[in-house]
Amino acid sequence: MPTFVRTDKCDGCKGQDKTACMYICPHDLMLLDKDGSKTGHAMKAFNQEPEQCWECYSCVKICPQNAIEARHYADVVPMGGSVQPLRGTDSIMWTIKFRNGSMKRFKFPIRTTPEGSINPYANKPKADISKIADMALFTEGKPYPCDRSQLIRVK
Amino acid sequence: MSTEATFGNPQVVEETVDILLIGGGMAACGAAYEIMRWTEGTGLKVKLVDKAAMDRSGAVAQGLSAINTYMGGQDPADYARMVANDLMGITRDDLAYDVGRHVDDSVHLFEEWGLPIWKQPGDEDKPLKDGGKPVRSGKWQIMINGESYKVIVAEAAKKALGMDNIQERVFIVKLVNDKKDPKRVAGAVGFSVRDHKVYVYKFKACLLVAGGAVNIFRPRSVGEGTGRAWYPVWNAGSTYAMAAEAGAELTMMENRFVPARFKDGYGPVGAWFLLFKAKAVNAFGEVYMERNKEMLKQYPPYGLAHVPASCLRNHLMLHEMKEGRGPIYMDTPTALAKLAETMTPKEIKHLEAEAWEDFLDMCIGQAGVWAGENIEPEKKPSELMPTEPYLLGSHSGCSGIWVSGPEDLGAPDDWHWGYRSMTTVKGLFTAGDGVGASGHKFSSGSHAEGRIAAKGMVKFALDNKSWVPELDTPVSELVEEIYRPVRTFLQHKDYTTAIDVNPNYITPRMLQFRLQKIMDEYVAGVATWYQTNAKMLAVAEEKLEMLKEDALKMRAKDLHELLRAWENYHRVLAAEAHMKHIQFREESRYPGFYYRMDFNVVDEKNWKCFVNSTYDRKTKKWNVFKRPHVDLVSKPTAP
Repeated sequence: MPTFVRTDKCDGCKGQDKTACMYICPHDLMLLDKDGSKTGHAMKAFNQEPEQCWECYSCVKICPQNAIEARHYADVVPMGGSVQPLRGTDSIMWTIKFRNGSMKRFKFPIRTTPEGSINPYANKPKADISKIADMALFTEGKPYPCDRSQLIRVK
Repeated sequence: MSTEATFGNPQVVEETVDILLIGGGMAACGAAYEIMRWTEGTGLKVKLVDKAAMDRSGAVAQGLSAINTYMGGQDPADYARMVANDLMGITRDDLAYDVGRHVDDSVHLFEEWGLPIWKQPGDEDKPLKDGGKPVRSGKWQIMINGESYKVIVAEAAKKALGMDNIQERVFIVKLVNDKKDPKRVAGAVGFSVRDHKVYVYKFKACLLVAGGAVNIFRPRSVGEGTGRAWYPVWNAGSTYAMAAEAGAELTMMENRFVPARFKDGYGPVGAWFLLFKAKAVNAFGEVYMERNKEMLKQYPPYGLAHVPASCLRNHLMLHEMKEGRGPIYMDTPTALAKLAETMTPKEIKHLEAEAWEDFLDMCIGQAGVWAGENIEPEKKPSELMPTEPYLLGSHSGCSGIWVSGPEDLGAPDDWHWGYRSMTTVKGLFTAGDGVGASGHKFSSGSHAEGRIAAKGMVKFALDNKSWVPELDTPVSELVEEIYRPVRTFLQHKDYTTAIDVNPNYITPRMLQFRLQKIMDEYVAGVATWYQTNAKMLAVAEEKLEMLKEDALKMRAKDLHELLRAWENYHRVLAAEAHMKHIQFREESRYPGFYYRMDFNVVDEKNWKCFVNSTYDRKTKKWNVFKRPHVDLVSKPTAP
């Protein structure tokens, strides 16, 4: 189910050097066709290697114009269905359209804190370098409870 | 002078750090979080290099619907026992146990950072760390709303590191040994997939965490569906290949994972089995795990456990298919109807949403298959199918690298050598999919294992503070090697009119097809029902040697294709390791994952041992050997 970019919606991320989809694709599939020489559509992005698409939807979810959708892979799936998300800051909405026209909609939470709000070491202890060879990670004030009698080779 | 760099004429960027993290997935993010706290005030410089963007790199890029490893009060010894049984007895209890006693701390951090974790009624607002009860979908699994799982974990890692210490879109392709000590790593080289730049890093220690190996076997879908691999298609075996070339001892590379999943979309089945209590049935509605349960008795004690080993569950499914009783189905209508008997319409609606979320959180493609085929799970059952084989060390598999373990668990002396998570190459560490002979760490355990490795690396870097790395190969030679596919293309491209057909080079895509054909047909892929023998392996051996030679003739017509060229070079080496290990192990340790038809038994007497190997990058030869196995916690024995 490779992703595709709609010509009527993609704005090439307004002429920046890299588009959002190029930035995010884990497999380096999305490419901005700057001069239109590859697709006939200048300053729009496209999926340059559809048969390598994992359908992770990272590009679909990040596109600021909602210009990217997915077409179920042609060698496997009957035509006509679609699965399209709208990802907000705290939830994601999914619209599933079946080949027979029936629809389902779902909304799921995605995070409980504002985006960008993580303060990784706030209220966390400092690491004590004299304990670098000990077992505990720096946040583990007290170790996880273990029944060490089960370790049959420990004397 | 980046403006002067052109395709085929890259700028060389050299940088010296103390510790390099290679990869950006869960293990790398865990390492980043832990290491920046321990290096405070030490003056150690850390850098992370990722071939993708950390927000969506690695196996959790798409999200997940569950955290598959959370102890929640259970004993790590029980966890180590489960891991061992699922992997047919040959795992290192020290490594599994260590993940078990640290993993919950990582899960508690995820929740604090903003990952929504399902709770039992009444505990909705109570964090796990304060005793909030999760919704378990199995003994070790908890359910989450995990669409943004990786984005959240990456945010913490990126903030911990600082953006100045992160280099995205640079693919490290080769580790370089030290000039004075060939058993030590001193550097790593790679290239930008965006700019004409080659990066040369020198360091005291590095963490190699670049995932498992996907698409080394011909996948069941070979058109557009090629990318719909069960594990991420960008996991190219880079961890195993680069470690092997640097001289690290690999372990259990004969192991593989062949997940039985929803057909074509490879959507997850765990929640259907564990949460919705659905049964897998043959075409005639018979539960084959019941029908064929006598077969499990042939594999004591692994088949007799409450949950039989994953490979044996496949073994019973394959039996049904070979006997002509396919297709195999997940009987979703019966399961949902049964649950609905005791539920209100509102609860049923909620349950339906949960079933769909299982796909939408982690395998959207499966939802696409269902939408296209008009499959509504309450009305129509869905086909199941065992996939093509995958190599990995974090899921239900134990391929990987032999690492130094914890010292307080009673392990034999040769299971640890001073620095936790270090490989047999000095300064080279790994975690997650990289660590062999363990498994079942999944996302959370990989994060925890990255954190464990971080401490080992800090200790190593501090103990070697005055040591200066020196590459054993001149930088100019390394640049030539990395850019060879580009040179090959530029030199020969005008010999023919069609650039893809040229006797002087092979495209990365065609090289991948060749690899997949060899592995599928001779090394127990789907084409032979996962069966092979010594004769078939001998053919594979010869063909892989020629393929490895031809890998040096790959072309790259742009930076994107250079990325594919090196990924496929890594795939070839990982595949070769897999083949050599299967060839060496003269038994069928994992029925349902693969069969040595000339030794079609589990031979506890001769083969309940690790199979390890090393590779010599000069001679290009493998050395494969046994290492004894011992249990560190008690295990059930065969009756």
